[in-house]
Amino acid sequence: MNLLNLANIKKSFYGVEVLHSVDFSLKAGTVHALMGENGAGKSTLMKIIAGVHKPDSGTISIDGKSVEISNPLEARHLGIAMIHQELTPVNEMTVAENVFLGREPVRMGLIDHKKLYSQTKELLDKLNISIDPREKMKNLRVADQQMIEIAKAISQNARIVIMDEPTSSITDREVEILFKLIDDLKSKGTAIIYISHKIDEILRISDEISILRDGFNVGTWKAGEIDVDTIIRNMVGRELTAQFPKVNVPIGEKILEVKNLTLKGQYEDISFDLHKGEILGFVGLVGSGRTELMDSIFGLTQPDSGRILLNGKEVRFKGPKDAIRSGLAYVTEDRKQEGLVLPMSVHHNVTLTFLRNFVRHGIIQSRKEVSVVRDQVRALNIKTASVSQTINSLSGGNQQKVVLAKWMITAPGIIIFDEPTRGIDVGAKVEIYKIMCEYVAQGNAIIMVSSEMPEAMGMSDRIIVLSNHKYSGELKRGEFSEEAIAQLQFKHMVKSLIN
Amino acid sequence: MNNLSSGISARNKLSARQFVSTFGSLIGLIVLVILMTILKPTFIGGANIRNILRIASINGLLAIGMSFVIITGGIDLSVGAIMGCAGMYSAYFAQTKMGYPWWVAVAVGLGMGLLIGLFNGICIAYLKVPAFVGTLGAMSIAKGFTFLLTDAKPIPSLNNEFKFIGGGNIGGWLPVPIVIMLVVLVICFTLFYKTRYGRYVFAVGGNHNAAHISGINTKAIICSVYAISGLLAALAGVITTARVTSGVTSTGDGYETNAIAMVVIGGTSLAGGRGRLWGTIVGILLLQCLTNGLDMLGVNAYYQLIIKGFVVIGAVMLDGLRND
Repeated sequence: MNLLNLANIKKSFYGVEVLHSVDFSLKAGTVHALMGENGAGKSTLMKIIAGVHKPDSGTISIDGKSVEISNPLEARHLGIAMIHQELTPVNEMTVAENVFLGREPVRMGLIDHKKLYSQTKELLDKLNISIDPREKMKNLRVADQQMIEIAKAISQNARIVIMDEPTSSITDREVEILFKLIDDLKSKGTAIIYISHKIDEILRISDEISILRDGFNVGTWKAGEIDVDTIIRNMVGRELTAQFPKVNVPIGEKILEVKNLTLKGQYEDISFDLHKGEILGFVGLVGSGRTELMDSIFGLTQPDSGRILLNGKEVRFKGPKDAIRSGLAYVTEDRKQEGLVLPMSVHHNVTLTFLRNFVRHGIIQSRKEVSVVRDQVRALNIKTASVSQTINSLSGGNQQKVVLAKWMITAPGIIIFDEPTRGIDVGAKVEIYKIMCEYVAQGNAIIMVSSEMPEAMGMSDRIIVLSNHKYSGELKRGEFSEEAIAQLQFKHMVKSLIN
Repeated sequence: MNNLSSGISARNKLSARQFVSTFGSLIGLIVLVILMTILKPTFIGGANIRNILRIASINGLLAIGMSFVIITGGIDLSVGAIMGCAGMYSAYFAQTKMGYPWWVAVAVGLGMGLLIGLFNGICIAYLKVPAFVGTLGAMSIAKGFTFLLTDAKPIPSLNNEFKFIGGGNIGGWLPVPIVIMLVVLVICFTLFYKTRYGRYVFAVGGNHNAAHISGINTKAIICSVYAISGLLAALAGVITTARVTSGVTSTGDGYETNAIAMVVIGGTSLAGGRGRLWGTIVGILLLQCLTNGLDMLGVNAYYQLIIKGFVVIGAVMLDGLRND
């Protein structure tokens, strides 16, 4: 019998039906992957299961018994837990305090801290998670915070765990840890609904795969009976020519040289060159110093020593402003934290980097501004009702394109991309890759930091691997392989593990 | 969002709700004016309107300055104290016996406000003092300087040109404070919506990191909003002092809370990044009309405080509905 059964679920928002009679079933002790482009209805369906939304019609049953889930608390009582893509830990509290938030063990009216920590320790041990329960949440990496979130769900006796893009911000090694945990959960009878855009992962860990498209359930397959092409075709409803539309561009002269750049504790003695027409990949585990290095190149932090040469001339950026004026752009890892001003419109976000271009006698020439924004919206195919729409109303892929647009208008010679396609759907990914290719074809250059191995290998001309804050090696396009990269990633790890 | 099922279609209901939350304060203002006109026809008379606007222009200057600060996500508790300080120092130089021209007195007053505002800005933007604490400190410091000047004694007999700033009428009917307020409004609207500066103020408040990475000098922006707030508060202090024709140390006491209330009634979010200047203007007029109207109806001042408290909370509650 199915653990969870949804039949004929319909849901409309503002008169628009976003789910059309969707059926979905989940068996105990299995992983059921849910795929679909952004806007296909995955989130809505999951929010219905988690009690955030109520379906307009249709039935939900657990263990064959019809249930009504009218709020998240009821969902929790029914054993349903959702791990959101964007985690919301209480940063200043410890791991244990987060796990038992709202249901702390109490003795004589006071929190029993001893029990709190021992219970958490027990829980984490059971799940093979080696994190100190007394560590403050803010000191944990995103991946570890995710583990804690899962542990929390398990401690609440969750039988159905919904994971929304759990691997969007963690490295491959951490993914392995997560998958091991998922296997453990499965063997204990927990059912997992796994939402992800990463097809490789899904084929690896799921037992069943359902694909949603435009609010319809296109179908459910056993994992062994479906391949990558079929998945993509069903998701987008059309054939995608290639996942990585890499175009080979002649590599030109040197545009950027980084020499012996060091910032103690972040990255050490890093040297590399970047050429026109090149996409230079940067790979390394989270914490290997990739982002910190990019921050310094863009002037957000100051290196302790080393030199940066741009077109042969030494530069020293005191801040992002200097970097921008010298033709650099930085698409940061986290578009909501660092890329976009959420309460602002698309239009105002796009021109933020280059307002001086639109000013005459101190006054912004809004007509010129809007026309440039419209051009970008068209060029990058940003789907928005109007340019005055606020950023919040856009999907992840379109938000990322707005970040891109705001840098494109500065006509940079070099764009640094930190995780260019994190958390966006396949269709939008391909579009962003195409934009990247067009951009370097015009004689520009890209530095791309990526945690997604296929992306790094699919798009880069060269890959530089960082390991434990140090340069550990470089691979040319012909030499790419997951093994070679992984070896380099761990090159400087072994010694550091000893001390 | 779950229970949008009654007779009206969801779309209409949503826009009705958005309408209320966007224009709630404006509707409140219109209703109030109509109500008062019915109860007391003299409310809408030229003399009373002029009176309301004259007082509103003083509070308005504070609220406009406060809007800049709040949109960056900050708060300025020192505006009332700056008003008093600027008022006293300008009064000192405006005394007939000192023999300085009026503009020297004004410049000294405004200079004091700008100085304290910059002090706030530097503490908050560069020395990382939280805005609440920094401006609370500045409030005390400004008060101290105000008392020190004359040992807390009032400053009487100011020169006539100076007094004209607060009590004079242009063409015999248009109060000078209203003219000043209008000029300030035009400048601030332009700054807010037509210049890079205004855009940057919103960007810094909406997402400090994103603004910084976009090449904006976020510290300078934050510092500047406190300078503007200080300057406008000082202007309000100078006008008030000129109007009451003597420097009094209690000028501006408690005005900061009014200013904050007016800004939030106007729909500006204390979290920063979200706000509108016309909303602040509605907030200013709403509170001023309410005070004036209740006065005309002879409502006890203590009841007035209670009513105003509910109005502030109610207005912000309506605004919060939008984010549901």
